[in-house]
Amino acid sequence: MTKIDKDIALVSGPPKDINTTQKIATLIGMSGLLILVLAAFNVNFPNKGVWLTIALSAIAGGIILYSKGAYGSKQEGIKNDGVWFKSISSRGFWGWIAGIAMTGFYIVLYFFPALLGLHPDGENTGVIALFDPLSKALSGNAASQWFVYGTLYTVAILAFGIKFMWKYRHNKYERLRTFSVMFFQTGFAFIIPELMARLNSDSFSLPYYDLKNVWPLNYYNFEQYRVDQMISAGNVGLGLLIFGVLSILVITPILTYKYGKRWYCSWVCGCGGLAETAGDPFRQLSDKSTWAWKMERWMVHSVVVFVVIMTTAVVSTYLGYDDQKYWLTKGTFLLGVVALLTILIGLLFIFRRDELKKDAKIGAIGYFAIILAMIGIHYSTGNNIFMFEAETLRSTYGFLIGSVFSGVIGTGFYPILGNRAWCRFGCPMAAIMGMQQRFFSKFRITTNGGQCISCGNCSTYCEMGIDVKAYAQKGQNIVRSSCVGCGVCSAVCPRGVLKLENGEDAGDSRYDSDPITFGNDGIKVNF
Amino acid sequence: MKHIAIIGNGISGVTAARHIRKLSDHKITLISAETEHFFSRTALMYVYMGHMKQEHVKPYEDHFWAKNRIDLKMGFVSKIDVSNKKLIFESGEEMPFDDLIIACGSKPNKFGWKGQDLEGVQGLYSWQDLELMEKNTQSIDRAVIVGGGLIGVEMAEMLLSRSIKVTFLVRESRFWGGVLPKEEGELVSRHIKSHHVDLRFETELQEIIPDENGRVKAIKTKAGEEISCQFVGLTAGVSPNVDFLKGGAVDLNRGVLVNEFLETNIPNIYSIGDCAEFHQHPTGRRNLEQVWYTGKMMGETVAQTICGTKTAYRPGVWFNSAKFFDIEYQTYGWVWAEPKKNEATLYWEHADGKKCLKLVYDKNNHSFLAANVFGIRLRHKVLDYWIANQTKISQVIGQLEDANFDPEFYENSFPAIKQQFQSQIPQTV
Ligand SMILES: Cc1cc2nc3c(=O)[nH]c(=O)nc-3n(C[C@H](O)[C@H](O)[C@H](O)COP(=O)(O)OP(=O)(O)OC[C@H]3O[C@@H](n4cnc5c(N)ncnc54)[C@H](O)[C@@H]3O)c2cc1C
Ligand code: SF4
Ligand code: SF4
Repeated sequence: MTKIDKDIALVSGPPKDINTTQKIATLIGMSGLLILVLAAFNVNFPNKGVWLTIALSAIAGGIILYSKGAYGSKQEGIKNDGVWFKSISSRGFWGWIAGIAMTGFYIVLYFFPALLGLHPDGENTGVIALFDPLSKALSGNAASQWFVYGTLYTVAILAFGIKFMWKYRHNKYERLRTFSVMFFQTGFAFIIPELMARLNSDSFSLPYYDLKNVWPLNYYNFEQYRVDQMISAGNVGLGLLIFGVLSILVITPILTYKYGKRWYCSWVCGCGGLAETAGDPFRQLSDKSTWAWKMERWMVHSVVVFVVIMTTAVVSTYLGYDDQKYWLTKGTFLLGVVALLTILIGLLFIFRRDELKKDAKIGAIGYFAIILAMIGIHYSTGNNIFMFEAETLRSTYGFLIGSVFSGVIGTGFYPILGNRAWCRFGCPMAAIMGMQQRFFSKFRITTNGGQCISCGNCSTYCEMGIDVKAYAQKGQNIVRSSCVGCGVCSAVCPRGVLKLENGEDAGDSRYDSDPITFGNDGIKVNF
Repeated sequence: MKHIAIIGNGISGVTAARHIRKLSDHKITLISAETEHFFSRTALMYVYMGHMKQEHVKPYEDHFWAKNRIDLKMGFVSKIDVSNKKLIFESGEEMPFDDLIIACGSKPNKFGWKGQDLEGVQGLYSWQDLELMEKNTQSIDRAVIVGGGLIGVEMAEMLLSRSIKVTFLVRESRFWGGVLPKEEGELVSRHIKSHHVDLRFETELQEIIPDENGRVKAIKTKAGEEISCQFVGLTAGVSPNVDFLKGGAVDLNRGVLVNEFLETNIPNIYSIGDCAEFHQHPTGRRNLEQVWYTGKMMGETVAQTICGTKTAYRPGVWFNSAKFFDIEYQTYGWVWAEPKKNEATLYWEHADGKKCLKLVYDKNNHSFLAANVFGIRLRHKVLDYWIANQTKISQVIGQLEDANFDPEFYENSFPAIKQQFQSQIPQTV
């Protein structure tokens, strides 16, 4: 008889279950969550700082121990065994339960924060009170529901980030970019803004500013109260305002030209950060059909049009009725926006005519919608644009896109729609960088000659729902506006077919494929 | 407009159909006895391991076929009536054709072992095999795999994902010994063992022993050892699936015999893919080519001929790839297990024992001939160019880094490789 390996279980079956370490880990993590839930139901913990520490450590520790159970004893490599057998990751019973629980949490957070114990005019109670000590230590203020959310968000990115790095420990690209999102979340989104709040006094006040959060993702960045605050906060404030404008007009285009939109979406962004870490177990649930792709293009570009009109309307309204206060007039501002858009669209139609093809229609419609709206804004006085108030436009956007789409659906539905539903269908920032990525960028995913075996791993694990193999099996490079450059398609490919690259050339050759290696020597057609 | 019938909806038949559609308006029927829609056979293992479901391993969406006017027909062709140009199905149905492409693929080899048809004993080739394997491996704890090739190692990985202990019988003295040179074979063998596979070299199957219900309970090796198990995987290669053509008008050897235009002895009947056997391979390779890529190229080629541009099959430089558990493998050109007389080799292995690179060049004119690589990805385009253009080995070594296809930020082994190889090639090169 042969030697018996002790680490192998006795009875076979599809790998659905978790091992003992993972069970213990789940218990620890859940107990941490339980403390938060109890607090939410007004169990009054003494020594709030201690209990908060216990709760957060248990959650993070549970996640990390779970990862050890999952990957610790295995050799490095791709770890997708059983993904479609487990109910949590295949839209089964636990998937739905998790989806409903998370959606419920978001609804309470956005719309009923009082249920969590928020009392803006008095002492906090409930789970928000539990976070008071931490908030006071950082910013000096009592906690808000956003502080609770921000803390949990950061803990999730850190702990699940460690899990992800463990899972992909053989892949330095994945490790580095995960470290990067962990860093930006902790530093830029969590600690720096809280510390900035410390600087505020009666005479000096800065708006809450997560520096990596660029308009239009940060759709409220140029609202009057923020702009006013920044202007009145001296050089620092003015610097912030200029930085906000440069972020979208200069920094973003340069980095996207050099590296593709991945520099932001999977290295810096907080939404992306959560999607890539806590959301990673759900990446295979994104819809790959051509139908979904069509939906995506209409939806996400509609959001871009919406946010451009909304922001322009809001800004031009206050420029209009407070015209003494700002050096920019409403007319100049509107003209500037129109000129900028016309130049961008013009460049696109001139230099990328061939590539534009079907999308020309979407582009043209979007452009004309914006121009019409601008004319409307120009001829309207006071707060109105046609029949809407700019403020109504803003609050509708905030409700529909800012809260419902990005939060409730975007994150709450991870276990149903996959981890990047917001990034794919809703994020205007991703759409703008995406347009650039597709037409003016050095980034592409190169296909390795004829090596593809059409196995489908790349498409299955693409969180953006890109049917990667459709390109790879034809020997074509992948140049898609939605690709966030997570690199997972390349990682899971068993034949070494895909490579994320910033090539020399940002021009047409990015789209070319290589017929030489692909087929018969005598045939140079390729489709 | 003629009617082109294609027996087999695998990669070769499907590629032919797609290209015929691009080039013409002919009526096309794709026939399969296996699954309604084309799926990627190479991905069978991932379905069993839960990485993907059936819907993920279909290279085209279901609406693709109607949109491209490619008719799909489920059914088993039992006979070709050559004189009346029609197919006769097992069900008795008939289907006339103008042109016929035989792309019926392979089936697993069975060498007449005693007990090879017992319950719990099977090969892995078709979708039905996968379903059978699912059934055969419920609640078992030991399996034996016979035959050390690519499908065998995939099967081992599949079984291990379900916590089934695997004993792997290999006839040669190292894994895939007929194909891999010694160093590479040992590297792979080490890795397979590190996954707790009980790998037995120079061990052959004698017989498979049933229990009282006619199900496998053990196997016996030629050396007389008995190994108990509840599952036996037969993965000792594949052969053309041409039984239904035996005794017919189409000439057969092991496969369907074809010339360089993929034509059989009967006009208007062609054969491509795993089942096609050349009288004499147009570029001197083996007469049977049983891989994905060649099936694709043959499909492309035959489509040209059928649509009026008579085209010979001229595959470029050979290439292939595979994955052994966690280690990826690529090969370009032909690396022989034992170097030919005119060949010299260079071999580098990483200290971790999981990456290596072998370059083969001609001793006499120093041109670069072939490469094997494990654990590093190389750029197909560059390797193809070097080999096709008989680039000098010194130049290849000098520019080796151009061929790097590893993801960004990966450990770069190329400087070390370059240094070692440069000191090993003759200084006169
Ligand atoms: C598990 C596995 C892994 C593999 N991995 C790789 C790999 O990594 N790389 C690689 O290059 N190759 C790989 N191969 C080999 C590769 O899959 C084959 O070379 C390729 O699929 C052959 O394609 P084909 O179109 O010639 O035939 P097939 O794919 O076999 O298609 C033939 C079809 O014809 C049908 N058929 C046959 N006879 C009849 C009839 N009389 N009537 C109706 N229908 C009929 C069959 O049911 C079948 O559906 C692998 C094979 C297997 C089994
Ligand atoms: S195409 Fe690849 S890199 Fe881009 S988003 Fe999809 S999986 Fe990530
Ligand atoms: S994972 Fe790799 S081999 Fe599989 S379909 Fe995608 S590119 Fe092709």
